[in-house]
Amino acid sequence: MPLARLIPCLDVANGRVVKGVSFVGLRDVGDPVELAGFYSDGGADELVLLDIAATPDDVATMTSVITKVADVLEIPFTVGGGVRSVDDAARIIESGADRVSLNSAALANPSLITAIADRYGSQAVVVAIDAGDGVVHTHGGRIATSTETVPWAMEASERGAGEILLTSIRQDGKRTGFDLELTSQVRDAISIPVIASGGAGSAQHIVEALRVADAALIASIVHENPMGLPGLRHEIESLGTKLRPMKERA
Amino acid sequence: MSDVVVVDYGAGNTRSVCASLAHLGRTSEVTSTPEKITRAPYVILPGVGSARSAMHHLNETGAVAALRQRFADGHQILGICLGMQLALDTSEEDGGVEGIGLVPGIVTRLVADRVPRLGWAIVEPWGDAYYFAHSFAAHSNDVVATSEGVAAALERGSFLGVQFHPEKSGEAGLEFLEQCLSRA
Repeated sequence: MPLARLIPCLDVANGRVVKGVSFVGLRDVGDPVELAGFYSDGGADELVLLDIAATPDDVATMTSVITKVADVLEIPFTVGGGVRSVDDAARIIESGADRVSLNSAALANPSLITAIADRYGSQAVVVAIDAGDGVVHTHGGRIATSTETVPWAMEASERGAGEILLTSIRQDGKRTGFDLELTSQVRDAISIPVIASGGAGSAQHIVEALRVADAALIASIVHENPMGLPGLRHEIESLGTKLRPMKERA
Repeated sequence: MSDVVVVDYGAGNTRSVCASLAHLGRTSEVTSTPEKITRAPYVILPGVGSARSAMHHLNETGAVAALRQRFADGHQILGICLGMQLALDTSEEDGGVEGIGLVPGIVTRLVADRVPRLGWAIVEPWGDAYYFAHSFAAHSNDVVATSEGVAAALERGSFLGVQFHPEKSGEAGLEFLEQCLSRA
């Protein structure tokens, strides 16, 4: 198995990072390009950029952000938010993203997963699942559907998804640890990798998540202290989880 | 003339490869023009899309013949991910696809705990970690490096292929690319 991954997630709207990112060490805290480069230098294994506005007006702005991020980043990144068609995925990938993340559009139209995977490969398709009380939620976790979480993860995998990004609505934003039971249930049911999301508040939480998942999505724990990512990696490794060895810039 | 020709096969993301080359101070051009492929100082066959559509595009544009000619002339080619797999004889992908045939060997569906195999893994005997994202794996007598039992690099004559993405592998990847380019 490849090494466990730490994946900071940036929420972007109208070309700017939203949600409390601390300014320490950054010239422009709202610039997704600068922040992406900063996290990459600090030891992120991958990044996720989530377009939380994803309005029609926002498309051109986001495309320009993706292009600029691709030009500065030497690690892979995934773009999610508002991906509703193969054309949306094509625009994102051809602008320089490595993978797209599908959420409610995949639920409404599961054949979209297969269509994108056929064109760009399964590794390019992440299906994001916002889960709570055993069922999948939409609209940023506000609306419960009748689709059960584990069967949906299995269907997404069978249809060609290359990874599941599993967010526990209950834990999201609380910083009290990941939903390990939910993560285990989903990962045990499928054979594609799983990114655990929602609840990272400490190195210990991340270590626990990485015992039952292939990667951990982190947000406020790094945004509140962008300078702290190397320290966080070090702490995780000292707790016994092996991460990728960083190579110093020559 | 650009320092590096990145072979275009009509699908996906070649931007990252060009960005890494720019980072190393090299100019690049994304093209499938046969004369440019045979004459460029260095050629990269990138890794995006699916085997069948890639080979279709490469055959149609004459890039396959140009790559074979370049290889016969002993000029350097780097294949990345799918670009490495395409250099072998055949692939199981998409119901069976005939490759360019620069390196004897085959590509089969990857057998691993989790497929796609995604993430950073150590490459032996080199010792550094690089980024992998693949569902198929190469089998060849020309394998020169491995990662968790999977072919990570193969080399025959002037062709070097890697399963990982150097353009996505941070400092280790840039260093690797620089070494490759210095052979041109």
